[in-house]
Amino acid sequence: MNRFAELLDRLAYEPGRNNKLRLMTAYFRETPDPDRGYALAALTGALSFKHAKSGLVRDLIATRADPVLFALSYDYVGDLSETVALMWPQQHPTDASSVLPAVRGSGTEKAKETGHVRHWPSPTLTDVVTTLRTLGKAELPAQLARWLDQLDETGRWALLKLVTGAMRIGVSARLAKTAVAALGSRDAHDVELIWPGLAPPYPDLFAWLEGRGDRPVNRAPAPFRPVMLAHAIEDADFARLDAADFTAEWKWDGIRVQAVSGRDAHGNVETRLYSRTGEDITRSFPDLLPSLRREGSVEGRLNDSRESVGAFRQQAFAIDGELLVVRDGRVQSFNVLQQRLNRKAVTPRLMKEFPVHLRAYDLLADGDNDLRELPFEDRRRRLVDFIAALDDPRIDLSPQVSFATWSDLAAIRADPAEAGADADAVEGVMLKRRDAPYMPGRPKGLWWKWKRDPHVIDAVLMYAQRGHGRRSSYYSDYTFGVWTAGEEGERLVPVGKAYFGFTDEELLRIDRFVRRNTTESFGPVRHVLHEPDQGLVLEIAFEGLQRSARHKSGVAMRFPRINRLRWDKPPREADRLETLERMLASEATRSNGR
Amino acid sequence: MRPQDILMPDAAGLYCKPGGFHIDPVRPVDRAIVTHGHSDHARPGHGAVLATPETLDIMRLRYGDDFAGSAQAISYGQEIRLGDVAIMFHPAGHVLGSAQIAVTHGGVRIVVSGDYKDAGDPTCTPFEIVPCDVFITEATFGLPVFSHGDAALETAKLLASVVLFPERAHLVGAYSLGKAQRVIALAREAGYDAPIYLHGAMEKVTQYYQSRGIALGDLRPARGMKKADLAGTITLAPPSATADVWTRRFPDPVRAFASGWMRVRARARQRGVELPLVISDHADWNGLTRTIAATGAGEIWVTHGQEDALVHWCRAQGLAARPLALVGYGDEDGEQDAVPFSGGEDGS
Ligand SMILES: [Zn+2]
Repeated sequence: MNRFAELLDRLAYEPGRNNKLRLMTAYFRETPDPDRGYALAALTGALSFKHAKSGLVRDLIATRADPVLFALSYDYVGDLSETVALMWPQQHPTDASSVLPAVRGSGTEKAKETGHVRHWPSPTLTDVVTTLRTLGKAELPAQLARWLDQLDETGRWALLKLVTGAMRIGVSARLAKTAVAALGSRDAHDVELIWPGLAPPYPDLFAWLEGRGDRPVNRAPAPFRPVMLAHAIEDADFARLDAADFTAEWKWDGIRVQAVSGRDAHGNVETRLYSRTGEDITRSFPDLLPSLRREGSVEGRLNDSRESVGAFRQQAFAIDGELLVVRDGRVQSFNVLQQRLNRKAVTPRLMKEFPVHLRAYDLLADGDNDLRELPFEDRRRRLVDFIAALDDPRIDLSPQVSFATWSDLAAIRADPAEAGADADAVEGVMLKRRDAPYMPGRPKGLWWKWKRDPHVIDAVLMYAQRGHGRRSSYYSDYTFGVWTAGEEGERLVPVGKAYFGFTDEELLRIDRFVRRNTTESFGPVRHVLHEPDQGLVLEIAFEGLQRSARHKSGVAMRFPRINRLRWDKPPREADRLETLERMLASEATRSNGR
Repeated sequence: MRPQDILMPDAAGLYCKPGGFHIDPVRPVDRAIVTHGHSDHARPGHGAVLATPETLDIMRLRYGDDFAGSAQAISYGQEIRLGDVAIMFHPAGHVLGSAQIAVTHGGVRIVVSGDYKDAGDPTCTPFEIVPCDVFITEATFGLPVFSHGDAALETAKLLASVVLFPERAHLVGAYSLGKAQRVIALAREAGYDAPIYLHGAMEKVTQYYQSRGIALGDLRPARGMKKADLAGTITLAPPSATADVWTRRFPDPVRAFASGWMRVRARARQRGVELPLVISDHADWNGLTRTIAATGAGEIWVTHGQEDALVHWCRAQGLAARPLALVGYGDEDGEQDAVPFSGGEDGS
């Protein structure tokens, strides 16, 4: 734990990306398995245990410290975990350097006699992670106290950050993967491709990177593949881009999904539907499954010319697409689709009223072939054939929009109905480079999204406050923020408050979310969990933007309201302050031009 | 005799009426006793100054030969009488020549700690407990969050970073008097024997330490070095210089800072420090409380620093305690080179 704590400590202070990489790569090189694997999991947000609440940490320190001294210290330090880490009474003798005679019973005495310092047992990162996985809630306080007794200041700080789930050291999952890839002179992309098949503490990954083992193969019959995302295009970008290099499709207003099918070791077909973050949502959409699997069409003998066995192809594939509700041949708006999301029970009536449909964007795997390294145009050709062969009314192809120049495309985007699309369900257009491989994450310059309504952003819920009158028992006033680069790396900066735009049913759900995810309360204000991988994304619509010295972010929104709740979207994918600043700049040019 | 009839703060500092002298006065007085050479404690312009030989030398280096009307040197353990008052100096372990002052009058002994630390330090005489009736303690790090730990481990952190980033220079911010020499000595104790480079403002005082027989190894001025040659080296500089254009002469410098404040992240971050080193010349919370207990004093006066917490702690131990309002003393960072050692300055 101490070596990991030192790494976190150093990373928290190091501003340079390359230096952060060096620190992490050095750690991965020097630290044995399985500790380094759990460290990688911690850095990539892949550890799963229930986080401790700050109240628990306060209760713990109350058993060890004078309340007045704690209050003065907390006031000075300003961070709860850090205060507790620093003032936790030392159980082992670090004071052996004092020239004063030892105080009886402090431990110093013995250490001075024997010359032994810091030989107390302290937990390894592996001890901590594996214990937390299985530990009951009731046992957590005593276990935490034991560990705090065994660690030094930095170790205690890292432990508390880890168990409260608030590491904030300015390292993204991508950066950690880049650092580990460097062990084998590979890049993050190589690690991303195999990542979903891996699990902490990743012994096979390290073995492969260090040349001691083969490239790990994902043995799951229907694995998730990390999705490729688009950048929002700005006016200035068009000047640098050649329209001939790109294809365009509508950007559909549904939820991004991945439909994957494959056979397990016994030849049984397994079909799964994943959200964009890799969450398995198969059970929510049983009505789509029959369209994705054709049971019994092939028998075991797959080894002869697999490619030619069309039916087999339909048993092993990965489609990237959009989940939509389609009624009477028309795609319904996102609000209609929402009736199908996050339901506990999927009733026959629900499935009949809101029939789901998959609109295919891309083909990532076909039979045994991983297509992700192919250019988009090649993948698209295979997708067209695949969907035609599948011939199922619930699964269709996302149509391409033909255009010759950017101004053609601007006109089409402005009026999708004219172009024959279901205008209600079109959010804008997507631009894809013809030669782009399918790269996990948000690579620069390959995919662009060009939204129709510029006054919509995705923000993250940060604080909630009780409402007034009829709503006084609910948390109905929301402060939301967007990402910006801070001293400690990425952080959220509040950009506005919204009080309306949601239904009563949605209010109940947000209220429940707020109560379950409060990290701290200050009077009527609750701090709501808002980490890159945990929190609630709110799509905010607004009428305009202006500069504001009163707001920390420097911008103020006019009439912000909640357009929709993005339960499906991880906070790390919310918008950035730069996006608002660009909107502000283009708004200024537009109004000056009038 | 009540202790407050022996020592009491006035506008210039802590005043001893029966002895007719001030201790560490912040403005010119007739007779001054000076605990140590830091510029907030040792100021120029007094009529007469009584201090250890090292403190007097340091004042001379800083202010020139005419730093006071007259100067008298006193060694640790030597007694001097001023009127009915007996004065004795004891090692404070803070910097070279630093002293606690025991003031005895009418059967009451008050010890003025000055700045002190109980941690070991190869560059000065170790701190000594002086039994007394009233102990006047500093409280720079008077909160339980301050635990300085083992300075050798912090030094190891610095040396490990030098190995990890051989193409970068390591720039260690450290107060010119005491801290800089201690960091050098710690690096030498850890086996680091490469040349260590110095900012111009540190050369004189460091040479003085060497002249007093403190082994600091191969030291060189940073001035005039080629940028590329500073890769993989360690340079010590006053804290104010490490955030200055002066640092442009170093290749991609790692900014380190040796101070007790580095224990608190927000404080380190505020200063743009990348490599905080918790190395302090003041006692930490455990050192303060352990020392207070060991003096056997029944009454504790707490000055410059976090008085509230330490007063609360004393009272919880059943000791009479009160904050003593003394102004004009800096904290460990604030000891910034308000009055730098002149000469050898290499501009900014
Ligand atoms: Zn001092």
